[in-house]
Amino acid sequence: MANASAATYQRVYVWELPVRFYHWVNALCVVVLIATGYLIGNPQSIFYASEAYQQYWFGTVRFIHFVTAFVFFFMFLVRIYWGFVGNAFARWTNFIPYKRAQVEEIGEVLKVDVLQTKLRGDISLGHNSLAGFIYFLSFLAFLFQSTTGFALYSSMSNALLPQMFRWIVPLMGGEFRVRQWHHAMMWFFILFAIVHVYLVFYHDYIEGRGTTSSMVGGWKFLRRSDHD
Amino acid sequence: MNSSSPSIWQIMKSKGYSRREFLQFCSYAAVAAGLANSHLNAVVQAFEKKPRPPVVWLHFQECTCCSESFIRSSHPIVADVLLDLISLDYTETLQAAAGFQAEKCLNDTIKKYPGQYILLVEGSVPVKNDGVYCCIAGKTAEDILQESAKDAAAVIAWGSCASNGCIQAASPNPTGATPVHELINKPVINVPGCPPIADVMTGVVTHVLVLGHGPELDNQGRPKEFYSRRVHDTCYRRAYYDAGLFVEMWDDEKARKGYCLYKMGCRGPVTYNACSVTKWNGGVSYPIQSGHGCIGCSEAGFWDNEPFYQHLASFPGFGIESTADKIGTTLGIGALIGVGAHAVTTNIRKHKLIEEERKGTTDDSTTRETTAGQD
Ligand code: HEM
Ligand code: HEM
Ligand code: SF4
Repeated sequence: MANASAATYQRVYVWELPVRFYHWVNALCVVVLIATGYLIGNPQSIFYASEAYQQYWFGTVRFIHFVTAFVFFFMFLVRIYWGFVGNAFARWTNFIPYKRAQVEEIGEVLKVDVLQTKLRGDISLGHNSLAGFIYFLSFLAFLFQSTTGFALYSSMSNALLPQMFRWIVPLMGGEFRVRQWHHAMMWFFILFAIVHVYLVFYHDYIEGRGTTSSMVGGWKFLRRSDHD
Repeated sequence: MNSSSPSIWQIMKSKGYSRREFLQFCSYAAVAAGLANSHLNAVVQAFEKKPRPPVVWLHFQECTCCSESFIRSSHPIVADVLLDLISLDYTETLQAAAGFQAEKCLNDTIKKYPGQYILLVEGSVPVKNDGVYCCIAGKTAEDILQESAKDAAAVIAWGSCASNGCIQAASPNPTGATPVHELINKPVINVPGCPPIADVMTGVVTHVLVLGHGPELDNQGRPKEFYSRRVHDTCYRRAYYDAGLFVEMWDDEKARKGYCLYKMGCRGPVTYNACSVTKWNGGVSYPIQSGHGCIGCSEAGFWDNEPFYQHLASFPGFGIESTADKIGTTLGIGALIGVGAHAVTTNIRKHKLIEEERKGTTDDSTTRETTAGQD
């Protein structure tokens, strides 16, 4: 057995600029939307010393929520577009486990993540199948949040875009319900962020291929010696 | 139109109203229907010449608060005239006739004036168990509704009961209470509210009477002129909302200062109604002005959005006290603990691995490679 074959790594450009740009803008938007959304649902008692005509902070919080929401929504559309024209790692096929191999990889990654078994061989270089599927579910959550958000916004704006979501309101049984679900869904994003960031760090360690930095520089590392 | 039935002016004259009172009524009616001053002539002419449309007012599962509200219209002459003269060939609560006589009135109107009478419905219609929960004169509410709606010129659903089921339809809706528009296939003018504002009711009826057709409706069948804006949009406490000054407790300093009731569960931001514009009881006040948040009584399913004094409803399936935030916080803390525990075990394993690698005792090919790479 070759005891000391030096492992060589091949640099593979996985995340193109649009994916990375989307990722960080989106992450920032989500954090801002959670913070402002939480404040909209649970306004804190601040600035009680001044009179109404002297301040507008709650209005400002809502304004930031809405502006960020528009950025969030259009970036999401860009990402969907990129899922059809981007490189193999960015394709929509990574997100839906429709192949047997993908389902098997989900099982494998679950074992590695939850039972902390040792990783056997290498998993997909791009998103692993479990991660991809979770991102797919979060894309659905993005869609849900945008839909309910714009439906709520349609009562404050006659602009075309929010008005296109008006029909959601009776469908969900009134604006109160829309608000209730929009609010509840915030917690999905909070849970996602906690687990996602942790798992990125965890996989960075167990895979040893530069997962974390890949979303900054775009490169991951493929172990060459496996194929020698 | 049936020319044998007299016009409103003819009836008013025969009851001793003066021409001046008639004109006064016409201008109130025009205002209530949202018509411009220049259209007053049309109203006068309509009421002078057009035969009065018969009106049938049905009562099903309801509490009569709609009728109570209606007779307190701020322009009493409108309600008076509507009730005394024009209308009401049949209404259980106010008619003089009883029993067979009453039923005959209803039948006669339906038979004699097909396509001409206006049908007003107050209350929801129970459809469970063949509709046994609401029967009048041996017929179920649904049968009566179907018979009366078939040839009606216009159908108006009074109040939340008739437009969205209201409290009878609250979960678990034991009687299968159903709003009118789900039972008949005709356009229905929904006038929700528990009760609707009297002036809104007279406004809608006079619109139909004067112009012969209903007002413009939104996608939930509500007249746009009264239901296109939220209570919140024209609330006089709105400035406090934007400034983030909220009542935190009933009777705290902030409540005395009249701050926004958002944190006390005010449903104004999700409720479409004219309360903050027309107000109630002749413009005296409306709930928020009296210090109580809006409970959203004109919104479908508002009884299921309890508790009323909380911004969010209790989360379905988790008990009364549980809001989405409480459950979310629990899950969030759970996730943090889980992730933390995972990180701890990972690190223990990692240290073991590093230790083994240092000693060179590991037989794991992956790590050997790595170690070799580092050398
Ligand atoms: C990650 C995405 C988002 C999160 C976590 C989020 C969170 C929240 C939360 C927690 C609330 C407070 C609900 C309450 O009153 O209890 C809220 C309100 C709202 N959100 Fe979002 N939101 C997101 C995206 C969006 C988007 C895409 C839109 C689209 C325009 C939007 C529009 C609104 C509107 C209109 C309100 C109501 C604000 C008001 O009452 O004035 N949100 N959001
Ligand atoms: C410090 C914070 C974060 C880091 C280091 C990070 C890192 C990463 C990395 C490395 C990936 C690729 C993972 C893979 O190989 O499968 C990824 C994907 C992703 N992350 Fe994050 N992330 C962070 C925060 C967030 C936040 C707050 C969100 C909010 C929603 C988010 C949403 C996503 C999504 C949607 C993807 C899939 C990207 C795509 O294919 O377009 N991330 N992240
Ligand atoms: S009291 Fe209610 S309706 Fe008025 S501004 Fe506050 S939240 Fe809106």
